[in-house]
Amino acid sequence: MNAPGGPAPSLDVRGLAYAYPDGHQALFGVDLTVARGERVALLGPNGAGKTTLVLHLNGILAGGAGAVSVAGRPVVREHLPEIRRLVGIVFQDPDDQLFMPTVQEDVAFGPAAMGLRGDELSARVAAALRQVGMAEYADRPPHHLSFGQRRRVAVATVLAMRPEILVLDEPSSNLDPAARRELAQILRSLDITVLMVTHDLPYALELCPRSVILSEGVIVADGATGDLLADEELLRRHRLELPFGFAPRATPPGLLDRPDTT
Amino acid sequence: MGAGHAHRLYTHRSSPAHALPPHCKLAAVLCFVLVVVSTPREAVWAFGAYALLLAAVTAVARLPAVPLLRRLLIEAPFVAFALLMPFVVPGERITVLGAGLSVPGLWGAWNILAKATLGTAASVLLAATTEPRDLLLGLQRLGLPQPLTQIASFMVRYGDVVADELRRMSIARRSRGFAARGPRQWGVLAKTAGAVFIRSYERGERVHLAMVSRGYTGELPVIRELRATRAQWARAAALPAAALPVCLLGRLL
Repeated sequence: MNAPGGPAPSLDVRGLAYAYPDGHQALFGVDLTVARGERVALLGPNGAGKTTLVLHLNGILAGGAGAVSVAGRPVVREHLPEIRRLVGIVFQDPDDQLFMPTVQEDVAFGPAAMGLRGDELSARVAAALRQVGMAEYADRPPHHLSFGQRRRVAVATVLAMRPEILVLDEPSSNLDPAARRELAQILRSLDITVLMVTHDLPYALELCPRSVILSEGVIVADGATGDLLADEELLRRHRLELPFGFAPRATPPGLLDRPDTT
Repeated sequence: MGAGHAHRLYTHRSSPAHALPPHCKLAAVLCFVLVVVSTPREAVWAFGAYALLLAAVTAVARLPAVPLLRRLLIEAPFVAFALLMPFVVPGERITVLGAGLSVPGLWGAWNILAKATLGTAASVLLAATTEPRDLLLGLQRLGLPQPLTQIASFMVRYGDVVADELRRMSIARRSRGFAARGPRQWGVLAKTAGAVFIRSYERGERVHLAMVSRGYTGELPVIRELRATRAQWARAAALPAAALPVCLLGRLL
């Protein structure tokens, strides 16, 4: 995958296996490479090991077999501060992600933990909030925002750390259609590598040219999102389902890459 | 279980009292309370003077008096305890309206009532003029250890989230025909409390995960440095400085 002389892939996972301390094995040898600038959807039913995989990407979980490297740096203990800056994880529940009393302080948390202070820090925070269209909410407590706004602020909290790769855990969950579209626009406008963990297949098709399917702890399919979603047999075997009436072939991917007009 | 009480205590105004840096106000309230509690209880007039000082602060802060007085009800449990004292404390007795009351008990009750009410009123004023977030920054600036300010900061952030959770659970209970009528239903309420505890505990773990993912190493970064000028300190000190002579006079007389 890594062309000689080219940039190291944003994410490189090799032979990753992991069993929880209670003996439950969640991953059985996962191989996944995401090139710089790619947007990849990680699809899989509940319990497939998606969250376990995500928690390995920034070294929260470790100790199993295999190796993970981010932008060429191995995820090992001595690199953890750097790795946690490079891998921006947006968790599913924004109330878990936003733990500071105001939006601004929350977005500043990551960069401040990296050692940024003063004007540089405020500039970072303002830029990240602008990227997600939440600049005018800087002084609000997160509790007073709508769910969609909180999710966008959650994205800003990791953007402020200038990550190499943005990892989104079920980004479309609990969003109404408008908030869902707004988030898609924001994600498409970012010039960054994205790994999107989801079982929202239309959202994957809309945002990610490439998808991989994780099922029972292994990657069982890797290809163009449109092709995977057209393979009914493959989806059925791994408990993935398209919403009623949704035909992936009816929406050519080229259409979806058009710049937003709204 | 009122939701958002942390924010409701704050009354938005632009006044000299609101504009003072939080750590100055905290220090002033603490000193004021110390002066009040070291006043001898026999100097009844002194407590009236303290009340007038607080009334002056209320006027300067342009706060409405009635809502503030209503907030004093928070001290009701202490009042109940104070009201018991004349009946249970041993010592010399006098008869008031046919009931035998103990004189040391009456003095004790007055002491608790007067000092607790003044202390509560000072805190209510502080809360009405200072946002919860600023209070935390002020405490941190005054050197309160980080773990304590962090815990308080999470209370500010998640109090509403947990209160919402409780409200949803209450709606779900009532939707299934539950009504808390008496002690027989307390079991259900206790289980609700248990469920909220477990949920909050699990949320705590997820929050910690999110914090570690963004480089948390045990300290919340201070983003806004608090600074106070000499003039601001002096203005904040006006309250305890005015109270001190009253206390000294009370001790001498």
